Amino acid sequence: MEFILAKYNYWIYIFLMMIGFYAMIAKKNLVKKIIGMNVFQTAVFLFYISISKVTGGTAPIVWEYARQYDNPLPHVLILTAIVVSVSTTAVALALISRIYESYGHIEEDKILSQQK
Amino acid sequence: MAQHLPILPIILPLFAAVLIPLFGRIRVQYAWFFSVGATGFSFLCSSWLLSQVMTGRRVRYFLGNWEPPWGIEYVVDYLSGFVLVIISFMAFVVTVYSWKSVEKEIPKEKVGLFYAVFMLLVTGLLGIVITGDIFNLYVFLEISALSGYVLIAMGGKREALMASYNYLILGTIGATFILLGIGYLYMVTGSLNMADLATLLPPLYENKVVLTGFAFLVVGLCIKVALFPFHIWLPNAYTYAPSVVGTFMAATATKVSAYALVRIMFTVFSPGFDFKMVPVTEILFYLGMAAMLVGPVLAISQTDIRRMLAYSSVGQIGYIVLGISLGNQTGMVGGLVHLLNHALMKGGLFLVVGAIIYKTGITQISELKGMGKRMPLSMAAFTVSALSMIGVPLTVGFVSKWYLGVGALQAGKWIALPIILLSSLLTAVYFWRIIENVYFKGAQGQESGRQREEGPPGMVVPTLGVASLCLVFGVFAFIPVSIAELAAQMLLGKT
Amino acid sequence: MGRGNVIIRFIAAKFIPFIQLFGLYVIMHGEAGPGGGFQGGVILGASMILYGLVFGFEAVRKTYSQKAGDILSSVGVLLYAGIGLLTLLIGGHFLEYRVLPLGTPQFSSHIGILGIEIGVGITVASVMTILFFEMARRKS
Repeated sequence: MEFILAKYNYWIYIFLMMIGFYAMIAKKNLVKKIIGMNVFQTAVFLFYISISKVTGGTAPIVWEYARQYDNPLPHVLILTAIVVSVSTTAVALALISRIYESYGHIEEDKILSQQK
Repeated sequence: MAQHLPILPIILPLFAAVLIPLFGRIRVQYAWFFSVGATGFSFLCSSWLLSQVMTGRRVRYFLGNWEPPWGIEYVVDYLSGFVLVIISFMAFVVTVYSWKSVEKEIPKEKVGLFYAVFMLLVTGLLGIVITGDIFNLYVFLEISALSGYVLIAMGGKREALMASYNYLILGTIGATFILLGIGYLYMVTGSLNMADLATLLPPLYENKVVLTGFAFLVVGLCIKVALFPFHIWLPNAYTYAPSVVGTFMAATATKVSAYALVRIMFTVFSPGFDFKMVPVTEILFYLGMAAMLVGPVLAISQTDIRRMLAYSSVGQIGYIVLGISLGNQTGMVGGLVHLLNHALMKGGLFLVVGAIIYKTGITQISELKGMGKRMPLSMAAFTVSALSMIGVPLTVGFVSKWYLGVGALQAGKWIALPIILLSSLLTAVYFWRIIENVYFKGAQGQESGRQREEGPPGMVVPTLGVASLCLVFGVFAFIPVSIAELAAQMLLGKT
Repeated sequence: MGRGNVIIRFIAAKFIPFIQLFGLYVIMHGEAGPGGGFQGGVILGASMILYGLVFGFEAVRKTYSQKAGDILSSVGVLLYAGIGLLTLLIGGHFLEYRVLPLGTPQFSSHIGILGIEIGVGITVASVMTILFFEMARRKS
């Protein structure tokens, strides 16, 4: 039981990641896939940040009452990863907007049937 | 200045990518000049770096002069020098070739942006090869991937948009898995530097976190490499992209991901881990053989020539992965030399196809009848590259298949040998269809079928150059093989 | 635009300068608190998007034309890579801020990092604005 309760951050991140992954694969609407992608990537960010927490540490900003700081390196890595995620979402949405103009709708199965 | 050499192949295309939107507004040709200059200088720097590495030392460069493991470092050793030269050479050749093709296929107001994003793609690919920090690998991987999505979507037809979207979804899954793998490894070791991880990981090989991180990294990279079950994005992406983009990505993008896989498996983790503790090389061996069969079989039934070449690429990637997974010196040399060979062969084939599309707009194989008389030089280059893909002696294709076959026998996995032969036979089948149409069937319904309308010199000269390299490196095979042998020794040396 | 928008236009017109000031503050104080180039750039971009949403696209086009967008996007990255190149030419490694001739190495590092953060902020603000307007322009 302690195995489940002590590692709750991992359970949360796995749960979110699988929801996002399922949405990316199983949903037919193109925009829902992108939303799933965002949830998937956000779960990974959550994982990184949750492992940076040090017991008894405060936020990694210089503060005179702090005894210990959290690890700031994963925060920096995630900043970069968030920028990557935002750029990917931007490219994906631009693509969807052009697909909508060309095909008239954004349901994947209808687009595939139109392509045949 | 020579000590700053490792950074130059990265920042020159980056500067070009940023300056092209500014200067391309004045005259569009400036975009092309900047691109050719940047890739040319990158190629010169990469060659200089390789010559420095061949004297025996590893070139290391610290960004910001911060010592690793706190700072990011760039490392050039035999393997990265080898792949750097391949990538920068193909970038230079494709950029020189590209002007006419881009002028025809891309709307005029977007040509400047096209070259800017193309330079970003080159930056990303070169950065993946040269970096020694695992998170920097992820960043450059995403730079190159995003540039790839944008470039593929610039293809004229609307299928290009769906192809780019599918590539985006699968590529992001792969990249996020790589990010997860990096996170797991960081969690147990606290370091992101590849050389540092190699010293910190061995006591931790039994740890489940390390195993999970390794699994995520390998699966993510296999998606990017387009290994057999994960190859679904590749045919559509290469078919509907603009010709220049299809050429460049077919020649380089999957090779660089294969390089990253080799780095992770053999430099960060050691050969002892891969072969004795985790069955990853067995899995890659069987997947590689499956790819070698599935690719050509699917290629035979295609009617569009670019889609056929794309499925052929799926098969060739199987060769590279097979070479990596064999585990002995000869097999690894075969896999690494095939990196160079496939870049030359597939690059040459796609260059010819681009010239055909530029001159005639033909994309279906059935319409290629009589092309041998219309475009003799281009078709000669195509034939040489096709013979090389089949594996005829005196061409580069034979060199890599020889090493793979001998390596398979030495590793005791003799089943790979008939699969390699069968795959070469199937390759001959689908190339014979084209060669038969090109040379042995007359042009339909034209009495002046023997008029020559060869491609413009800007396209034909690079094509002939690449095809002749297929012959040169096939005869003088010791040049790439010696570098690959040193690289393989270095990779397999630790246990 | 209708009558009810008077309130929105009034509040937006009063708020947008403060949003931009806050964006600049977040860029500059990246090393002393949460913030930095990307975050401040997004806030600046959001202020331009708010202006566009409330006052219409043509008003933003007059302030921030297509040409300005392209140039500013490149200028930010050029600032970043230019600082790196400058350190290279002085004699240090790429992006080694300590060698900049501005007094002590600590102060040079500070100014160097501030410079690249400003570059990143300019590019991000410009790109956010361009992205929004390119996508919003399609009225089909």
